[in-house]
Amino acid sequence: MVLAFSIAPIWVYPIFLMKVMCFALFACAFNLLLGFGGLLSFGHAMFLGSAGYASAHAAKVWGLNPEFAVLFGTLCSLVLAYVVGSLAIRRQGIYFAMITLALAQMIFFFSLQAPFTGGEDGIQSVPRGKLFGVIDLADNMNMYMFVFTIFILGFLFIWRVIHSPFGQILKAIREHQDRATSLGYDTDKFKLLAFVISGAIAGTAGATKSLVFQLASLTDVHWSMSGEVVLMTLVGGMGTLFGPVAGAAVIVSMQNYLAQLGAWVTIVQGVIFVVCVLAFRRGIIGEIANWIKKPL
Amino acid sequence: MEIFGIPSQALFGQLLIGLINGSFYALLSLGLAVIFGLLNIINFTHGAQYMLGAFVAYLGLQHLGMNYWVALVVTPIVVGATGVLIERTMLKQLYKLDHLYGLLLTFGLALIIQGLFRHEFGSSGMPYPVPEVFKGAINTGFMFLPKYRAWVIVASLVVCLATWYVIERTKLGAYLRAATENPSLVQSFGINVPRMITLTYGFGVGLAALAGVMAAPIYQVNPTMGADLIIVVFAVVVIGGMGSIMGAIVTGFGLGLIEGLTKVFYPEASSTVIFVIMAIVLLIKPAGLFGTQK
Repeated sequence: MVLAFSIAPIWVYPIFLMKVMCFALFACAFNLLLGFGGLLSFGHAMFLGSAGYASAHAAKVWGLNPEFAVLFGTLCSLVLAYVVGSLAIRRQGIYFAMITLALAQMIFFFSLQAPFTGGEDGIQSVPRGKLFGVIDLADNMNMYMFVFTIFILGFLFIWRVIHSPFGQILKAIREHQDRATSLGYDTDKFKLLAFVISGAIAGTAGATKSLVFQLASLTDVHWSMSGEVVLMTLVGGMGTLFGPVAGAAVIVSMQNYLAQLGAWVTIVQGVIFVVCVLAFRRGIIGEIANWIKKPL
Repeated sequence: MEIFGIPSQALFGQLLIGLINGSFYALLSLGLAVIFGLLNIINFTHGAQYMLGAFVAYLGLQHLGMNYWVALVVTPIVVGATGVLIERTMLKQLYKLDHLYGLLLTFGLALIIQGLFRHEFGSSGMPYPVPEVFKGAINTGFMFLPKYRAWVIVASLVVCLATWYVIERTKLGAYLRAATENPSLVQSFGINVPRMITLTYGFGVGLAALAGVMAAPIYQVNPTMGADLIIVVFAVVVIGGMGSIMGAIVTGFGLGLIEGLTKVFYPEASSTVIFVIMAIVLLIKPAGLFGTQK
């Protein structure tokens, strides 16, 4: 995968690849929660979007360097994830999904009305700036390497988390929460930590994305974005390490090809949802993993 | 006349709008609660089915000359039938799996339905005329009350209370409640539980469609009318807790009123007030006001 992403910009439009990587990181963060913690958050767009606003604001108004802008965005969504997570983990299962969705809608309305988000227009023409004050990110290839590094670091971090003792406990909670509790684990604390990690990395993805496109807008906080990340994870394979990356690549390419067709994008996404749930629950990578009998 | 420094006309006007919104919250969260009770599925398609109700009424009027009263009866049956179809062909296969799959499936269906209508009709609203009987307004002395709005409030109250009566006080309702508790035991008594589940889903969907028809003359008929509403209704359901039918009704109307009041006193917060209340309720009583935590 590292190899694929490092040589791909020779043939493929780099902006498109950067978009794929941002969404892949977003989906990986989401999958940490759903695939490994068994928690379906239906409001993950709030972390993507609010971090996007935060980093755009930091880069444009405060003139921070891009690395600090991304860091600031991540920090903002980390705090937000802590607040939202503390509320949402008070209920389980289906309620958890509804609560995160409702809180995300609240963030959406907040973003619509707050003075610094620019309402319907969003924050436009965000400067990409100079990395460490030296490397000019206005050049697409430099930007590409920057995004690529962030993506790989984020991915490795998630990989590390999943394969740590913490990740094992998370899986135990997914399989049987009461049993994990009876083993002496404070399940709420683990769930909250997973939620915060997931939200923060989703924020990193959002913060990077707003620098790539030089735009932070309402699209990234809308509930349909939360639906999209669920779809990416579902298509690629829930609970697999590489699934969300594959899913993000598929969905982003599909949107690119269908972009002129307007409402059809929604319809096709809906159809993919239905088909995946009814007949293809393992997802692309999950099927391959099942076929070669190795976890991916 | 002024109350708390607010002209009474404006205050009662907003309260009325709040009550109207509350009627729809109540009808929709009632349907969600009924479906969730038996199927253990959160019906994300509910908003789309509400929109479908409004559209069936609108298209019926345009192409078949179907008047409001006929629409009020026919639409829930038609849309409910599509619900039955969805349950039979798709939802049925998911009962053995994690409940989350039901949520994802119905979310996908909602995207399809809303996408198709947006493709066909664009995203601008289409007006639906207020029925002849309800044109005009009553002067109640302190405000003008449009007749149609009064009708919507009364009608949705009646429908809600009737549903409550059927579920809590009749034999059919007793079967339903028993099946919610322990489906296999009820089945062993010779009651056709799968059919009951199907019809319950159809009924819940029918309620959404009924709400859609009633909403058509107030809000414009438009493909996205249910999309944002359903999220608010989810918050209403979390606040009320899904355990009780009465809880859904009371919370629905109550939150509508609170939203209306917020519009008068602090308009900036009117779109978020319900979510804030949800957060507070979660802190104080996580199971919801009328719910019991399992």
